[in-house]
Amino acid sequence: MLAVMGLKSIDDLFVDIKPKYRPKSFDLPPGKSEHEVLRHLTELSLKNNVHLTPFIGGGYYDHYVPAAVGMLISRGEFYTAYTPYQPECAQGTLQALFEFQSHMCALTGMEVSNASLYDGGTALYEAMMMAIRMTGRHKIIMDGGVSPIYRKILKTYTHHLHYQFEETPVVHGQSSREEIQKRLDKNTAVVILQNPNFFGAIDDFTDIVEKAHAVGALVIVSVYPISLGVLKTPGEMGVDIVTGEGQSLGLPLNFGGPYLGFMCTKKQYIRKMPGRIVGQTVDSKGRRCFVNTLQAREQHIRREKATSNICTNVSLCALQAAIFMSMIGQGGLKEMAQLNLDKAEYAKQCLEKIKGLQVKRSSPTFNEFTVCLSKDASEVAGRMIEKGFAAGFPLGCYYKGMEKYLLVAVTEKRTKEEIDGYAKALAEVLA
Amino acid sequence: MELIFEKSVKGRRGFRFGNSDVPTHAQVPSKYARKDEAPLPEVSELDVVRHYTHLSQRNFSIDTHFYPLGSCTMKYNPKFTETVARLAGFADLHPLLPQLATGEKLTQGALQVLYELEQWMCEMTGFSAFTLQPLAGAHGELTGIMLMAAYHKAKGNAKKKYVIIPDSAHGTNPASAAVAGYETISIPSNKNGGMDVEALKSVVNDEVAGLMMTVPSTYGVFEPNIDEIAELIHSIDGIMYYDGANLNAVLGRCRPGDLGFDVMHINTHKTFTTPHGGGGPGSGPVGVNAKLEKFLPISRVIKKSDGAYALNYEYPDSIGYIASFYGNFALLVRAYAYMLMLGKEGLQETADHAVLNANYITAKLKGPYKLCFDRLCMHESVFSAGLQAQRGVHAIDIAKFLIDQQIHPPTVYFPISVSEAIMIEPTETESKQTMDHFVQKMIEADELSKTNPLVFKEFPKTMPISRPDEVKAARDVKTSFFLPDAT
Repeated sequence: MLAVMGLKSIDDLFVDIKPKYRPKSFDLPPGKSEHEVLRHLTELSLKNNVHLTPFIGGGYYDHYVPAAVGMLISRGEFYTAYTPYQPECAQGTLQALFEFQSHMCALTGMEVSNASLYDGGTALYEAMMMAIRMTGRHKIIMDGGVSPIYRKILKTYTHHLHYQFEETPVVHGQSSREEIQKRLDKNTAVVILQNPNFFGAIDDFTDIVEKAHAVGALVIVSVYPISLGVLKTPGEMGVDIVTGEGQSLGLPLNFGGPYLGFMCTKKQYIRKMPGRIVGQTVDSKGRRCFVNTLQAREQHIRREKATSNICTNVSLCALQAAIFMSMIGQGGLKEMAQLNLDKAEYAKQCLEKIKGLQVKRSSPTFNEFTVCLSKDASEVAGRMIEKGFAAGFPLGCYYKGMEKYLLVAVTEKRTKEEIDGYAKALAEVLA
Repeated sequence: MELIFEKSVKGRRGFRFGNSDVPTHAQVPSKYARKDEAPLPEVSELDVVRHYTHLSQRNFSIDTHFYPLGSCTMKYNPKFTETVARLAGFADLHPLLPQLATGEKLTQGALQVLYELEQWMCEMTGFSAFTLQPLAGAHGELTGIMLMAAYHKAKGNAKKKYVIIPDSAHGTNPASAAVAGYETISIPSNKNGGMDVEALKSVVNDEVAGLMMTVPSTYGVFEPNIDEIAELIHSIDGIMYYDGANLNAVLGRCRPGDLGFDVMHINTHKTFTTPHGGGGPGSGPVGVNAKLEKFLPISRVIKKSDGAYALNYEYPDSIGYIASFYGNFALLVRAYAYMLMLGKEGLQETADHAVLNANYITAKLKGPYKLCFDRLCMHESVFSAGLQAQRGVHAIDIAKFLIDQQIHPPTVYFPISVSEAIMIEPTETESKQTMDHFVQKMIEADELSKTNPLVFKEFPKTMPISRPDEVKAARDVKTSFFLPDAT
């Protein structure tokens, strides 16, 4: 092959990299065989404890994933393809993303969805920027019930951009209408809420949406998709932009990623939405087909004037979610959500019997709730690890003054036996 | 093909969760309950399996087709990396575990992967620290520009407001700079595909915050004057940003840190062959030199004196959280496994063969197609279908011809500075036979453009669809099954 170029050695191909540019060091280990790599990685994986019975959530949940989901996304035709730039040889990916968008609309009660964003936190950031662009205003009201992780992300991205960022005080239960109302004015771009909120409280934001719209502000709600099997949809509440973390829709926990950010909105706002969008059209022979559409919003066309710098979405994760939602279907989603509700309620009843533990019942919840302990929650969680449980998330990690609070999640996967064992262990630790 | 929603039959189920084993039944108060059930499709498991298997068969992919999509590095994704990513000890690990009081003990294996991967990336690129958190290349760019902004803020460089970007850059560069609050200045390339240093000098002043450069550039050209450019930018206390989209071409041949760059991102789906997934998930680790290290996002993975790994959040100058957790971990595990298998020699050979293959195709095609820069290229080269266009056959027509030949087309119409651009990147994993077949088909396309240019408008003929109406898609917006069809 070198002869075709009239060259003698591979080094001749790199003449443009002058000697002065050569690496000062390139000290890496020698290669290994596949067998050695697998053995090493297996050993490392065994140093992680995935055998604790999980009652930990915080936005990321241990849900069951039907086997067909993992098998189907393992098809090389899906996972070794790239962004569908040539629609004729990418109808598989394009139709699957169109179906994902449809599933998300079904779930949220919204009219349109994009084809996914990186994760729940960055999706919320993109939604906030969208609201700022749409209103031309710079004041953001952030409810204290929004995930503290998301709030930290939003602050990182905006602290140098001179936006007015107002957080309402953190409350255990539902959002404080009073705190939002007193901040809402003609400068407000957006009110950002979460349902269920970080503490598990469920809410109906219809009243806040009405008040926000009355002053020309928009409302974003970050949602937990599985809860929408039973909870009032953001569409029913009149919400403008919906985002969320789609991990619960068939994705493994994966120590933090890849996950699935999603965004839905009203049809009238679709041209302001960031990220890839797949649309239906017809081909030269009139056959239905699917293409990336409204690309005039995107960076590869608009460059510095784009709605976002986002290039890649998380197609494979969106596909995974689409297959998951197709597998469980309309009845399965409701059944799954109901199981979460029932088991969480059972856990509450078991925990309430423990001395030194108080279940917070000020607001209705879905599958996650807070308990107040007689001891430091972080210490208790540590002791529970010894007993084989990931007991929950100690809220003191993110909130000063809440060192005795534990956030407990109970999914459909937890058995009665596990919940009973958990209550028993917790009673022992608190005794 | 029907949508999964169109296959729905009332009451059909694909999956059952089983009966509840707890005695409680909870009811959502009606004020908080949804009115109607979510209208997801009602199908059987077999319906789902057939549907998505059939959909997969409507894709070209690396596993099924040669995919010389320039600038995307569509190289083979070895199967063992899939196996390691699915190990239960990684896949089932909850990200909040290490944040529990004694939780780091529960995640030592995962933290070791992250720590060692950072160390190796530092050694490969000549930087002093990495963050693996950015969730895609463009997210890495944004993170890098935010580090640039944090640097200028800390130095009191209040006047800095411009980022300089060559016209050949990916669109994400100017978009990322703009999102981070900077204005951008575009500068042209010279006749050799390098940066026009005179044009650069004319725009460099105190208000310039930094320069973003892709090396090798999207023209497949290694910038010969990097040292001069770095000196110029550093003379006004600007930051040199290395877009690592094309790092694959120079592994072991040079390191961005040695070249005078201050910050870079890596696309693991390119250089470290994590799967592209039909357009993500990506992963865009960011490396920095000592100048920017203290601004890196939190958390950071550290190794303690007792050899244990831990997460550290105590960096007062950090820009803060840029993502929820520690990056796209399942992709980082794949990258780690890939690097471990290749080792030092294997990684160097990666670049050698990528560049050899690109030059081989370039040498074979530069007769029938106009080569933009007639010189040795790096990992990819840019042609123009200008000659063919004079016969009425455009780059897009050649792309559609290739689809009928069971070849995924190269990137077309990018870089935007080249008319009728065809950008070819074979990657190191393709054989001479595959490339010869591609060359032959490209030559056939050229011949056909002379004898029967009109026939191209009918391509592709062998696919389920041909030449979709993109204008209609944008005008009559139908992005969900539930939206009514436009009349």
